[in-house]
Amino acid sequence: MFDSLSERLQRVFKELRGEGHLTEFHVDQALKEIRVALLEADVHVDVVKSFTQAVRERAVGHEVLTSLSPAQQVLKIVQDELVRILGGQATPLSLKKRPAVILLVGLQGSGKTTSAAKLALHLKTTLRKQVLLVPADVHRPAATEQLRTLAKENGLFCFDPKGEPDAVVRAKAAVKEAKLFGYDVAILDTAGRLHVDEVLMEEVARIREATEPEEILFVADAMTGQDAVRSAGAFGARLPLTGVILTKMDGDARGGAALSLATVARRPLKFAGVGEKVKEFEVFHPDRAASRILGMGDVLSLVEKVQAETDEKAALRTVERLRRNEFTLDDLRDQFRQLKKLGSLSSLVGHLPKVGPFKQLRNLDIPDDATKRFEAMIDSMTAEEREDPRVLDGSRKRRVASGSGTSVPELNQLLKQYLEMKKLMKGAARMRF
Amino acid sequence: MAPDAPAKKSFVARLKRGLFMTHTELIARVGDAIRSKVAPDPRALDALEEALLTADVGPATAAELVAAVREELGRREVSEADSVRRVLKGEIERRLSLPAPPAAAPPPGMPRVVLMVGVNGTGKTTTAAKLAARAIGSGQVALLAAADTFRAAAIEQLEVWAGRLGVPVVKHRPGADPAAVVHDACSAAKARRADVLYVDTAGRLHTKHNLMEELAKIRRVAAREVPGAPHEVLLVLDAVTGMNGLAQAREFLKSAGVTGLVLTKMDGTAKGGVILAIVRELKLPVRYVGVGETAEDLLDFDPKAFADALLDD
Repeated sequence: MFDSLSERLQRVFKELRGEGHLTEFHVDQALKEIRVALLEADVHVDVVKSFTQAVRERAVGHEVLTSLSPAQQVLKIVQDELVRILGGQATPLSLKKRPAVILLVGLQGSGKTTSAAKLALHLKTTLRKQVLLVPADVHRPAATEQLRTLAKENGLFCFDPKGEPDAVVRAKAAVKEAKLFGYDVAILDTAGRLHVDEVLMEEVARIREATEPEEILFVADAMTGQDAVRSAGAFGARLPLTGVILTKMDGDARGGAALSLATVARRPLKFAGVGEKVKEFEVFHPDRAASRILGMGDVLSLVEKVQAETDEKAALRTVERLRRNEFTLDDLRDQFRQLKKLGSLSSLVGHLPKVGPFKQLRNLDIPDDATKRFEAMIDSMTAEEREDPRVLDGSRKRRVASGSGTSVPELNQLLKQYLEMKKLMKGAARMRF
Repeated sequence: MAPDAPAKKSFVARLKRGLFMTHTELIARVGDAIRSKVAPDPRALDALEEALLTADVGPATAAELVAAVREELGRREVSEADSVRRVLKGEIERRLSLPAPPAAAPPPGMPRVVLMVGVNGTGKTTTAAKLAARAIGSGQVALLAAADTFRAAAIEQLEVWAGRLGVPVVKHRPGADPAAVVHDACSAAKARRADVLYVDTAGRLHTKHNLMEELAKIRRVAAREVPGAPHEVLLVLDAVTGMNGLAQAREFLKSAGVTGLVLTKMDGTAKGGVILAIVRELKLPVRYVGVGETAEDLLDFDPKAFADALLDD
């Protein structure tokens, strides 16, 4: 069975604990574990070699600090090296031209169309950009329809190719239209193609010549294995890539491809797709990704998300009610609604560290519709019942259950959790905020 | 920046050397070591292991295969580089040659229901269409069910394929309950006396509990309509997938009762070595291999051809 990289490293560090200083022997032992862990994480063999070599040189060399334990030292060196390769710093997109053209390229099924819509929404909400989505995939059946639907569902603009069968002509016409109508950005969604497909690689090279994109982003699946090096290398040889979007990061893939891509493409990873919803998309942070690879979780991203989505006033109101011990089912429903704005619960759990107190969470199944059922039950209650659930007798409970399409045992579970939460919060509210 | 430069350069050089060293060269090195009539050079065996790792076989399976080759070499006299390859290929082929499980058959006059499952973007829709084309080619009556009601334009994508092949598609509106689509498709397949029904489901990450539950519901609905359905559940796996493929197979086996694998996009440079790890742990047979965009580009899985391709450049 696979162990996560973090668990392996922790085991190594445990063995290192109690040593006065880092010996060559211990570093090599640690590197053996790191090597296997990186390979299991899908980091390319050659990248693993160079990575462990670099860590070894720094670990055995002069960078030994006496203030840290051996475990902390190796951890720090591994992490620094990871961050350095993953891009050092988050780099913003270059969007100077008007329209600034962004070309998305990659293999079939890596998530280009979804990422195009996600990136457009991201640019619209964070930078207030007017974005035109351009369906330049003339090969996959219904690819144009897919982008158009995503645009419509998310209030984005999509270029109408009017059935134009040539991708280069489409792209050119779209950029012209973007210019005419004063769009800030045009995002070109190109067809997925194999890097060994000469005809299609030629096509994408011509799209680039015709549209002079400022950014050419390689879209890669986080689950990609060793081949990431070959495909990214081949795309990079053909097109001047400016960065990488890593998709499907909400799965349990170790994401070692990130390290391979950053090494081989030698381009920064810019964004990460983290869920099925179009808004589940974030700036790629090398330091956070490194922490995540090392099992220290991605708490920073989570905090950012919570801050961006929660209503501070509503939160303060809840705290005030808690202090006065007035936390009712209405407040609980508010909490659920706040939570829902953050995206799916399972994607939130993905941000938490996989070690320490959060370890159990990784095995926790959180049905994404659990809050929906809770909400439905609360919605089916009268104002009186919401204020004081103690009035809920057998007959009222049956009414609420049938009204919300749930069952009495489920309702009992909700009430139990509410009471527990109330008790817990009463304690918490006494603390200073 | 300046002090970093030489290290960076040598690193890129190392990487290039690794990339341009072909498997053939690597394995020839093993042969050289053995030809010299000394115990196999550990460095040479490392090279062999590396070739396997590059093919996404994974560290555990790669170590096992190398150990098996070493043992085999100790047992008999091998002097040619080619023989080392042969030993390794034979071992890979042996591991992938599972006895074919007895295929679950529908009652007479009922359609065989085949469910396509997998994570996003592996090629489920394309594979469903290709399988339907194969069925028609062999004179069967086939039907497609557009049970991916989630992804934008997934239904249209399947319809375009179906139109090309002349296969009817049962569909609902986007966002409809996929189980309801399957219910109707099963009824339609029975009414038309179809031989086989291919159900295209939405891509889902195996870590999403509620989406995996949806597959269980689809199974229940299908079984209610056609006894024994689904008779086959194919996990569609992208050849570029690394070690996560094993996690995918584990979870889809648990929630969707996968009976076989389809390895897609084998026309690129990815080797799909993760199936060795999957077959090793889960004993799931590989049924088909996708090697291109057209309907004919779906081949029966051949362990020998796969082993050859895994070690050739």
